[in-house]
Amino acid sequence: MAVVTMKKALICGMKKDRQAVLDFLQRQGVLEIHPAVEDDGVFQKTETLPQKTEGERAAALARQALDVLNQYAPEQKGLLSAFEGRQILSVDRYQEMRDQCPQTQEVVQKLLDLSKEIGEKRGSLPRLEQQREELVPWSSFDLPLDFSGTQETQAFIGSFPEALTVQGLMEALAEKTEAPVEAELVSSSQMQSCFFLLCGRKDGPAVESALKELGFQRAPASSATPARRTRELEEETQRIQEEIRQTEQAIRDLASWREPLKFLMDYYQMQAEESQALGTLAQSQNVFLLSGYVPASQAEALGNALNQRFQVCAEFSDPDPEEDVPVLLHNNKFAEPVEGIVEGYSLPGKGEPDPTSVTAPFYYILFGLMLSDAAYGLILVAACAYAMKKCPRMEAGMKRTLRMFLYCGISTIFWGLMFGSFFGDAVNVIATTFFNRPDIRLAPLWFEPVSLPMKMLVFSFALGIVHLFTGLAVKLYSLLKSGDVADSVYDVVFWYMLAGGCIVYILTMPMMTGMLELSFTLPSAVGVGAAIVAAIGLVGIILTSGRESRSWGKRLLKGIYGAYGITSYLSDILSYSRLLALGLATSVISTVFNQLGSMLGNSIPGAILFVLVFLIGHTLNLAINAMGAYVHTNRLQYVEFFGKFYDGGGRKFQPFAVHTKYYNVKEDLQS
Amino acid sequence: MIILENLGVALALLGAVLAALWAGIGSSIGVGIAGEAAAGVVTEDPAQFSKVLLLQLLPGTQGIYGLLIGFVTLTQIGVMGGSADISVIKGALYLAACLPMAFVGYKSAISQGKASVASIGLVAKRPDQFGKAMIFPAMVETYAILALLISILAIFGIGGLAI
Repeated sequence: MAVVTMKKALICGMKKDRQAVLDFLQRQGVLEIHPAVEDDGVFQKTETLPQKTEGERAAALARQALDVLNQYAPEQKGLLSAFEGRQILSVDRYQEMRDQCPQTQEVVQKLLDLSKEIGEKRGSLPRLEQQREELVPWSSFDLPLDFSGTQETQAFIGSFPEALTVQGLMEALAEKTEAPVEAELVSSSQMQSCFFLLCGRKDGPAVESALKELGFQRAPASSATPARRTRELEEETQRIQEEIRQTEQAIRDLASWREPLKFLMDYYQMQAEESQALGTLAQSQNVFLLSGYVPASQAEALGNALNQRFQVCAEFSDPDPEEDVPVLLHNNKFAEPVEGIVEGYSLPGKGEPDPTSVTAPFYYILFGLMLSDAAYGLILVAACAYAMKKCPRMEAGMKRTLRMFLYCGISTIFWGLMFGSFFGDAVNVIATTFFNRPDIRLAPLWFEPVSLPMKMLVFSFALGIVHLFTGLAVKLYSLLKSGDVADSVYDVVFWYMLAGGCIVYILTMPMMTGMLELSFTLPSAVGVGAAIVAAIGLVGIILTSGRESRSWGKRLLKGIYGAYGITSYLSDILSYSRLLALGLATSVISTVFNQLGSMLGNSIPGAILFVLVFLIGHTLNLAINAMGAYVHTNRLQYVEFFGKFYDGGGRKFQPFAVHTKYYNVKEDLQS
Repeated sequence: MIILENLGVALALLGAVLAALWAGIGSSIGVGIAGEAAAGVVTEDPAQFSKVLLLQLLPGTQGIYGLLIGFVTLTQIGVMGGSADISVIKGALYLAACLPMAFVGYKSAISQGKASVASIGLVAKRPDQFGKAMIFPAMVETYAILALLISILAIFGIGGLAI
């Protein structure tokens, strides 16, 4: 139910056992290594950064190879693969796969080479395509494009960047040169016109310069005729594509190596972590020294296990109060799922209690109130339960999240029934439209927020006040526990008096109770009492909230500023109106979809439309509103609730362990 | 004059439409800019898809609230079936009741979109801080929720008035 007590561990062993001890500790995953001894004459640290980098590099390469494999031979994945978690590997199988590593390493290289080859070949395709396109205007031409003429004549084969006729060209040429030229139009378009020009060999230079002035460009030279060259290019393209296909097939043929590749990646990742751990050890000539934190409950078992296996001396002690001890939370099954939410804010700082167990019930209640539809709750519960049953090896964090949504779903069902919402008003709409029975509807066990929004709003505020006062109570508890009785009166009791007094006083005003549609108004005598209590609280706050200041003037000013904090209570309580808003959003949007679906009435097309709109609409509504409920429940916990008592700032317990992606070789301490 | 006789329902409908219209426009802008940022993050790190998607969707709720107000108004004035006989003054009241959602919905969705963009940047750099990143856009939404609250209370309140 709280923050786990940590023991400080000091393990001393022979240097020859170093590797084995580290291997063992890594598989246990219960010890966070923490460098304790500084370098001195006897003990030194080894530089292991190169090994660590090497391990990470190898892991990255294996990962790349795996990506290549997955690109060409995608892995068959089930619907629930994201939840499945890591495969468990027996120690024997681990040894076996480790011995296979050199071969796997070759496969990695091969895969990367093949992938590179494909890349290069793909890169050459556009060039061929471009060459082929350049030849298209020349396709009807039956001479090689590098034909330069005969003994007596000179030929020019090329294009002008405009639409030209033979006559137009001849006229333009006549202006530049007097040499006789024979021209033949090969093809012409808006953008360019291709010509074959012939002149006497002696006129060649003059004609050439004249052509250049007109913007003449030689055709791409080739010794084959355009038609043949095009065929050649096509054949080459096909050849390269065939090669790419073969290379892809070669990659696919390596698909059986997928598991070893995954193992290799994990293996190098483990190596890298181990190298890092090695770097934190203090080592002398024959001895190594290792220190760190271990949960107190596991300290003894770890010590025994180490003593059985190795010649080591393991010593456990309580950490100094000054030390920065890592934080690990431990809670019962009901509260544990919310640990992730607390962690998302911040872990408890030094001396702070773990807020998980108070946060959890409110979390489930608030989430349920915001989603508040029995059918959506059922879907949530069924989906989470199914995923958890199907994937027993799921990662702990994922399991925790799913269990949280399972509990949230149960709460959603409860509130859905209270407010009479099952896919919105689907029961009534279906009965009315298809069975002509408008009298059938799912009656709310309590009331319908859509028809009594004011009641729901008051309920939201009331729940908010309970939530906020619980937060204050936790603060009271932790202050009393640490013996600060005076502080607990100043910082908590006075606030209770002020906020509580104000609330009770409001309930004695007929105007307010009328506005809130309450059925009762407290007698004015209670109001006087409440006002007195609130006034005492107010005076107390003004006098004490600046108590760290020496001078009374400063102290009073700070006190008045502190009392101004009552406005934050107002805004905090108003913030709970989101319970009403989000609850209404769910039910009104469901109603919209149900109405849309039933537009065609009781007929076959009507039924088809209803099913379609129902499925799509409610899927959408569930997704959007579940997300909204999640976000806003978090907000109420983080901002309103934690704001009253919780600072956080603890460091997470990160044991030296196997942080792999695909395989898990953790063995239990008992084994 | 047929226009004057029906001015009440016309005004009320105008209010319903404005709420859906402006809140919807605001949400489209907000979700749009957040989507651009989210797509950028996913090009670098596809594993962050689900997180940035959630952040992108946060400014989308204003559009839903606008729809909610629009729909509740339509049912109250009888456009969705029933008699659409609304006095001019009542129609004007409905119009006024819809305005908080229209205005606040529009502006807060855009601001929330900007906060979402910043949070998406935060998640891209520090994926472990997702819990906190989610809160910043959610803070903006509070004001859309308050506007929704006033609009909805007003609309339900007007229904009971005898004018």
